[in-house]
Amino acid sequence: MTERGRKALLLAPAGIWLLVMLALPLLVVFVFSFGERGAAGGYVPAFTLEQYANLPARWTAFKNTLILAPLGTIAALVIAYPLAYFLAVRCSPKWRTSLLILVIVPFWTSILIRSYAWIFILGGRGLPALLESIGIDDIRLINTPFAVLVGIVYGYLPLMVFPIFVSLDKLDKRLLEASADLGSTPWRTFRQVTLPLSVPGIATGCMLVFILLMGEFLIPAILGGGKVFFVGNALVDLFLQSRNWAYGSAVAMTLVVVMLVTVSIYMKFISRLGGQREDVSLM
Amino acid sequence: MSVTMQTIAELRGVTKTFGNVVAAKDLNLSIGKGEFLSFLGPSGCGKTTALRMLAGFEKPTEGQVLLDGEVVNDLDAHHRPVNMVFQHYALFPHLSVFDNIAYGLRQQRPRVDKQTIATKVEQALETVRLGGFGPRRIWEMSGGQQQRVALARAIVNEPKLLLLDEPMAALDRKLRKEMQFELQNLQRQLGITFVLVTHDQEEALSMSDRICVMEGGSIVQVGSPRELYDMPRSRYVAGFVGTSNFFDATVTDSAADQITVRLASGQKVHGTPEIPIDAGQEVCVSIRPEQITLTRALPTAEIALPVTIQNRIFLGEHTEYLARNEALGDFHVLVPRQAELNEGTFNAGEQAFVSWGEGALLILEK
Ligand SMILES: Nc1ncnc2c1ncn2[C@@H]1O[C@H](COP(=O)(O)OP(=O)(O)OP(=O)(O)O)[C@@H](O)[C@H]1O
Ligand SMILES: [Mg+2]
Repeated sequence: MTERGRKALLLAPAGIWLLVMLALPLLVVFVFSFGERGAAGGYVPAFTLEQYANLPARWTAFKNTLILAPLGTIAALVIAYPLAYFLAVRCSPKWRTSLLILVIVPFWTSILIRSYAWIFILGGRGLPALLESIGIDDIRLINTPFAVLVGIVYGYLPLMVFPIFVSLDKLDKRLLEASADLGSTPWRTFRQVTLPLSVPGIATGCMLVFILLMGEFLIPAILGGGKVFFVGNALVDLFLQSRNWAYGSAVAMTLVVVMLVTVSIYMKFISRLGGQREDVSLM
Repeated sequence: MSVTMQTIAELRGVTKTFGNVVAAKDLNLSIGKGEFLSFLGPSGCGKTTALRMLAGFEKPTEGQVLLDGEVVNDLDAHHRPVNMVFQHYALFPHLSVFDNIAYGLRQQRPRVDKQTIATKVEQALETVRLGGFGPRRIWEMSGGQQQRVALARAIVNEPKLLLLDEPMAALDRKLRKEMQFELQNLQRQLGITFVLVTHDQEEALSMSDRICVMEGGSIVQVGSPRELYDMPRSRYVAGFVGTSNFFDATVTDSAADQITVRLASGQKVHGTPEIPIDAGQEVCVSIRPEQITLTRALPTAEIALPVTIQNRIFLGEHTEYLARNEALGDFHVLVPRQAELNEGTFNAGEQAFVSWGEGALLILEK
């Protein structure tokens, strides 16, 4: 078999999958977004820009997504990094495996159930009641953007921890000694050696969490109580409830474009951060 | 080390334990300013541990580490005027060659200005013969080049003490020889005190002013290469510094300056041991292969033993023979080219005699 033939064979399964499951549906959505809603819902073929003109009606969902997705990514990073650092650098190998398993244990239960648990924690008889007992009154947590943020960070933390853990685990610990030997304080060693060498993990983790957050709908639906809508919720509503497929398609297409733009800006930023380094991959 | 030499670093009764492993046991050693000292010993004998305590990566469990006359047990590595060349170099993969070498200078407070850094780095690069390699990436450098970058990264800081942990272990034989030569030149040129860790006796012998031989966490003997070679204190040292023939013997008579021992073959020989030995003690005698003479005719030496030639290996300048004596066992004999031309080559199975001159035989602790 020729080299090209072998390459084609390696790529064929994923290629066919992508074509059938991604490219074709995307094309359908693209076509639908120029159509009209049928009388009983669904889609009626047409060519109109009406759906796109109607987008501002869903501006809040876009705004929430574009604020909470990056914010959630950053919050997850801030919480995940020290944890990953501890696991990879400071933790004794004896405990490492057990602690790593603890990080993924939440995945054994559905995110739906875990998010419901948060309803109780953040709800009137949970944290706010606790705060009230120490004299802090009138704190509303559930059904706020804050509740959604908490849910997001909780749900996506492992996805951030693992790539960072891997890059810190790969880090040659002798480099830290070499840095100390050359007169660098522990803090400067962290900034000049550890942090730059964990950029690939940070980049991967952020990318993974951010992309998934842009399409999130479950957590805002449960913890936002219909008040903090994401674009994902708008799509659920448009396709499943009001059955306005044409408008839903326009919203979906817009989300795809927004995502492409933000992700490519992000990639630019990361590749600049990584300089001409060979060891920094973008994803 | 001469008496007048200034001491730059010192270990005083230093012990280091990891759990119940004793990695270093009661080390006492002073290192003179400007000298080239090697720690020599087999794997696991505590060489790296000793070095790491000087660098500040490990704290002694007991005893004191002194630098420039001050106890530095509690001084962190980054505060010590000491630099280390790591066994696997530990170069920063995300930095260029230039930035790797500049790393130490950039940590200094008050800050060193850019121009000075650039000049010093260039100089260091020239010193290790890597001029112009500054902008290169680490992974673009060969093993030998990386080793030189590691060296430059350390010497650019002008440390009081340069520690080298088997810096040449990863290099091939030819390159290692070259680097040994360069390292020695560099040490003379810079006047920095070098402490080298190695398990390669040839390396230690050829490069050091003094060698510190270690065994199982302890220092067994410290001395110049010649002292260790000519006057080893124990069988262990004699075996580690050069090669030798060892035979068991019993002390029959112990006088103040000379003792008499009986070999397993029945002959009695005399010698002056480095350490006090009592009559009746089991000892070991050592004869270096190059100090043995191989002859066809019975020689007139104090002792001559009949042997049968077993094997011959041509080594260029020397020929090595394996000769067997009925009572004592095998002798390794190194015959120089000239002697071989006089006496002619011996063939396997031939009968001959081994003998040695006065002072060639050493009496050692077992
Ligand atoms: N961090 C540590 N924890 C536990 N034991 C250790 C540690 N470091 C060293 N040891 C033990 O201490 C002893 C001396 O080790 P060290 O690294 O000093 O040997 P070495 O002479 O440098 O050997 P090599 O030539 O193989 O590098 C060994 O038995 C080793 O297992
Ligand atoms: Mg070692």
